[in-house]
Amino acid sequence: MWRTRQRSPDPLTRDLEAAIGADHVAGGASARLLYSRDASIISGGRAGAVCLPDSTEQVAACIRIARAHGRSFVPRGAGTGLAGGAVPSDGSVVISTTRMNRILEVDVDRRIAWVEPGVINLELTRHLAGTGLHFAPDPSSQSACTIGGNVGTNAGGPHCLLYGVTSVHVAAVEVVLPDGDVVVLGEEEGDAVGYDLRGAFVGGEGTLGIATRIAVHLTPDPPAVRTMLLDFMSIEEAADTVSAVIAAGMVPSALELMDQQVVQAVEPFANAGYSLDAAAVLIVELDGLSAGVAQEAEAVELLALQNGARSVRVAADEEERARIWKGRKAAFGAIATIKPAYYLHDTVIPRTRLAEVISGVNAIAERHGLIGMNVFHAGDGNLHPLLVFDDREPGIMDHVYAASEEIVRLSLEVGGVLSGEHGIGLEKRRFMPLLFSPEDLAAQRLLRDAFDPDGVSNPDKVLPDGPSCGEIQDLPEVPEGTWV
Amino acid sequence: MSRLEDFREEVGPSGPVCVRGGGTRWLVGGPPDGDSRQVRAPSGIVAFDPAEMTIEAGAGTPLTELSGALAEHRQEAALDGPPGSTVGGVLAVGRSSLRRIRVGSVGAALLQANCVGADGSLFTAGGPTVKNVSGYDLCRLLVGSLGTLALLGQVILRTWPSPERMLWMQGSATPEAVRLLCYRPSSVLWDGRQVSVCLEGYAQDVEVEAAALASNLGFVEVATGPVLPPHRSRWTGRLPEGGLLEVGTSVVHGPVEEPAPEPGPGVAAIVARLRSGFDPEGRLNPGRDPYRVAA
Repeated sequence: MWRTRQRSPDPLTRDLEAAIGADHVAGGASARLLYSRDASIISGGRAGAVCLPDSTEQVAACIRIARAHGRSFVPRGAGTGLAGGAVPSDGSVVISTTRMNRILEVDVDRRIAWVEPGVINLELTRHLAGTGLHFAPDPSSQSACTIGGNVGTNAGGPHCLLYGVTSVHVAAVEVVLPDGDVVVLGEEEGDAVGYDLRGAFVGGEGTLGIATRIAVHLTPDPPAVRTMLLDFMSIEEAADTVSAVIAAGMVPSALELMDQQVVQAVEPFANAGYSLDAAAVLIVELDGLSAGVAQEAEAVELLALQNGARSVRVAADEEERARIWKGRKAAFGAIATIKPAYYLHDTVIPRTRLAEVISGVNAIAERHGLIGMNVFHAGDGNLHPLLVFDDREPGIMDHVYAASEEIVRLSLEVGGVLSGEHGIGLEKRRFMPLLFSPEDLAAQRLLRDAFDPDGVSNPDKVLPDGPSCGEIQDLPEVPEGTWV
Repeated sequence: MSRLEDFREEVGPSGPVCVRGGGTRWLVGGPPDGDSRQVRAPSGIVAFDPAEMTIEAGAGTPLTELSGALAEHRQEAALDGPPGSTVGGVLAVGRSSLRRIRVGSVGAALLQANCVGADGSLFTAGGPTVKNVSGYDLCRLLVGSLGTLALLGQVILRTWPSPERMLWMQGSATPEAVRLLCYRPSSVLWDGRQVSVCLEGYAQDVEVEAAALASNLGFVEVATGPVLPPHRSRWTGRLPEGGLLEVGTSVVHGPVEEPAPEPGPGVAAIVARLRSGFDPEGRLNPGRDPYRVAA
């Protein structure tokens, strides 16, 4: 075990250890530091203690003890979030669900699985091998992120273009509420009676309680899949192709765009067959029954050529398909070959405005002396501009934050929204008033307060007027540039 | 002045109000209190860009008008209701289409709603894009709320391409046997003996699956789906006499009204806080209660 402790534990840690066992609590300074970050560059406070419960009862005990000590708590999955949603406020008790990683039940006939929140997204689909079913949400981090985390952020992924984001795939969820009560929201099948509290909970970013068991819908594997790789000499042509495909009445299962910068970073390592001299590469995946897939593939090819595609390649087999996707999913890792740090954005714009916004994003990056790169879910207008930089350069972070704000403002100006799948977390709460009026935000607060009237579940997140926003800003440890 | 603003003024900041759509499900969740002022949401398509696959309309728009505008571009929304239904009415009642497996739940169809709150002010829930996790998902909460949290004024809905071909098949089999032969049928209904299945998609695919049902299970094509009995309840493991189960949604359409299940104390506490927060005086659609609906 990595936990070491020289001094006797503080009263909070002592009570947690007494309730759930010393090997389920990490009160030491290194663990508290480690669990104070997620996968973003955002930092916040220092965790008060870190709990690793392995049951619903233990989660409830952690919450009760945190509250008895006047502390807030923060649910945490694998920590792959990019908006600071799992970054604790100072002294907050981190409740990690990684030990609750059992697949409890799979009902193949009814296409439902009950899982604990710490089950890794891809593990569930692997577990289902041979059943003809899979779990549809597929964020790029799916080999590491947890299903509990997917519920928290209402995660997406390339294939949610056709299959829908996590909320569509969550049937029911057992939740430990911020008062320690346990409820089940939703039903295994169909809609629960009354208000859709399940729908309200999903995407709550850990501010409405902690999911401890989740019933997910399983999706039948499509009988036919066609993966196409199109390359273009301009981003505009690629973007026009995206609009043309949608306007023609097709919803591919995925429609992903990568610009030249990304392609050149990824291809040497992925060998996906992307053209290094193309201005943009579009991955189009079609699935369903075989005749429809063939018909759509023909139509997509025609539209692509009409809109200036230089070449259209169809993956000949599963191996080629896997290579095409490997390049897409590994894109963010490959960025390290260019500069040591990046800031990954997530906004959504109307899909008919893609080309102009991409050129706007690139102009913003250039103006700030940053490298701008784009790899994103083009089919639903979900942009992921990457700002790539060397964080050792003095003053560079000021430019990163300024450019980020300009990208957000540009997305909103064309009728877009703040986030498509990463969430608001700490990262974007200050931008919420740009999208929402005080009345809109007040209505959102009513939802939050109904679940968590005392504001103890992941405070300081999502809404800009959190009760302890001031506290976090006053923290001595918060580095300059932290978004609070 | 916009029609949304007119609606806000009509609702005003005080006194009990109930909103009327097409009146097709007027008694669902209980009749509105007799002394409520009746108001109507604005009607008409506000914006439709087929390449965005979203449509914006007043909540009072008749469903037929919405479907007509979409059909011109071979699109549809996941809203379904009896003849005369309005967009807002279908959303407020929150019953998903029988074709839910293809078009999605009615809750997933609502992207943005401009609402009038109990204090008479306008607020917006959700956002205009097909994908959005900016803040809390108030739209999910509003669908099926019977107008007890806020009144829908104008909405943006997600749309889908209409199928090239649609047909109903019927025969004696178990739902499981049908599912083995069909990839994603848009509706499977079971009356205890017979299964009715709706196939939709590209014509050739639909014909292949229909042929498989015919040759393997002796199914025949029928003109329409079965007539649904008038009452809804949730599946309890036993099909009532004369009942029809929506396979995959646990909704039972039956001839007899069933009582609604009681929410547990934890859920009831959240519900009480929602209602007192959104509508402290209980002026929005008083008398109606989503927890008085059996399914």
